[in-house]
Amino acid sequence: MKIAVCVKQVPDSWAEKKMVNGLLDRENVDAVLNDLDEYAVEEALRIAEAHGGNEEGGANTVTVISMGPERATEAVRKALSMGANGAILITDSALAGADALATSALLAKVISDGGYDIVICGTESTDARMSVVPAMISARLGWGQLTFASKVTVDPAGKVSITRVTEAGVDEISAAFPCVISVVEKINEPRYPSFKGIMAAKKKTIEQKDLAAVGVSSQSAWSQVNDATPRPARAAGIKVTDEGSGGEALVNYLAEKKLI
Amino acid sequence: MSNVFILADFAGDKATKTTAELATVAARIGAVTAVVMADAGKGAALAATVNQGPITNVLVVESADFTKHGVPAIADALANLVKGKSPAALLIASHAFGKEVAARVAVLTESGIITDAVDVAADITATQLVFGGSTTVHSKVSKGTPIITVRPNSIEADLTSASPAVENASAEISDAARLSAISSSQPPVKGGRPELTEANIVVSGGRGTNGDFAAVESFADSLGAAVGASRAATDAGWYPHSHQVGQTGKTVSPQLYVACGISGAIQHRAGMQTSKTIVVVNKDPEAPLFDIADFGVIGDLFNVLPQATTGISAKKS
Repeated sequence: MKIAVCVKQVPDSWAEKKMVNGLLDRENVDAVLNDLDEYAVEEALRIAEAHGGNEEGGANTVTVISMGPERATEAVRKALSMGANGAILITDSALAGADALATSALLAKVISDGGYDIVICGTESTDARMSVVPAMISARLGWGQLTFASKVTVDPAGKVSITRVTEAGVDEISAAFPCVISVVEKINEPRYPSFKGIMAAKKKTIEQKDLAAVGVSSQSAWSQVNDATPRPARAAGIKVTDEGSGGEALVNYLAEKKLI
Repeated sequence: MSNVFILADFAGDKATKTTAELATVAARIGAVTAVVMADAGKGAALAATVNQGPITNVLVVESADFTKHGVPAIADALANLVKGKSPAALLIASHAFGKEVAARVAVLTESGIITDAVDVAADITATQLVFGGSTTVHSKVSKGTPIITVRPNSIEADLTSASPAVENASAEISDAARLSAISSSQPPVKGGRPELTEANIVVSGGRGTNGDFAAVESFADSLGAAVGASRAATDAGWYPHSHQVGQTGKTVSPQLYVACGISGAIQHRAGMQTSKTIVVVNKDPEAPLFDIADFGVIGDLFNVLPQATTGISAKKS
């Protein structure tokens, strides 16, 4: 099987973020592999391992596909150190400010050209939090959509079944190859890259492609930010120390505020 | 006057309050048509429940494919309606299903999309609270039909009763939207507690619980609250991931948020700092979450919560 995993480099989710000229300031924050994409990488590796592995010359390959500035090689390298075979990074200065529609168009083109059987994504990035790119890729490619999976079962003969978990309930869904999967956080426990994995990742190829190499013309964002204003910080209110009646003080506060 | 589409939102066989919320914002832009996507033969019954909010028309589309193929089939039919009727905008509820439908309609109609709006103005400018509510963003779609998903519970719904004119439209669905097959569907398991993202009150536990959520749960139950957890607590396996509040979990904005034994890293704050009132209980007086708390108790949650639980139960009886 040829498996692709889409990943994104995002500002560290433990860091403060701010906007500059209507775009997220990505320069001045620590950048990491999107937490939720680690589950996608892990699931891709587990699927490969369950069906003959992804060692060189083996039955399966796991390819990481990302779009971002050149610096995104760091996040891609992390996915490689977990065990993916190789990577493609779409990087072009014309892509700064690309929206989900443009991103999905580029990812879809690279996926389509690569001849993959399945594509696995996280459910969302921790910066934009839109949760739309997997569905957009599926719509653009005309491939089956198997999203919000808490369980994935792959039949290498060409079929994928998932358990979809959302606030609307639990569905069992299946589709033939090729298809687009997104996985939720509870699906697995992503591995930590081993020392051997980190060393091996340094030798793996990250193929960089600009817009011309992808074969898609630049597309400006289809929505524009008018303004972005930091909200006033919340001020600290009343603080009491529990000396035996902290619970009562809390109840009195809630009653006073008519919250109970 | 221009015409605006909303995708009617249902829980089981009833329209939700979210449908009225969508109609309330949509009515600022133009006359509201609520689109009802129904399984074959179920349209009229579903449409009859779309009876609150400023809704002028209901457009019923029926197809067995909606139940068999889910999001892609519904998005296809909706995109074809949008292409045929050119509404001024399309508003959809911002949950997993709604965002995915919106995503596919945006691709199919070559339209811009904005997700998680907390408000939409008459000129179709959307307001979003990004980075965990720390920044307010106003934005507009600049291509095609503006497709905006609106976060449930963020608009005060106009709940006046509506008696819209009901029409039917045919479902046009492509083969590509029939590639994934749903073999079974279970509604969400309703526990004794409210759903985290819909609850008026949320009580969350963190590292300070040391894995024992009993005090947090009892306190939550005395308030009729949902139970949340910090990432530290879910990563430790103390509470299910589905209850995680924060940047990598759920975003909640209840009337009252009570954080127990949670220090308040940005990771957690990002998921709860738009709550109306924040109460913090923590042993550590230096816990950063105290900085945004309306009321803070410096103390051991295992002493404070049981006492508060007793106090609330006493007030209620």
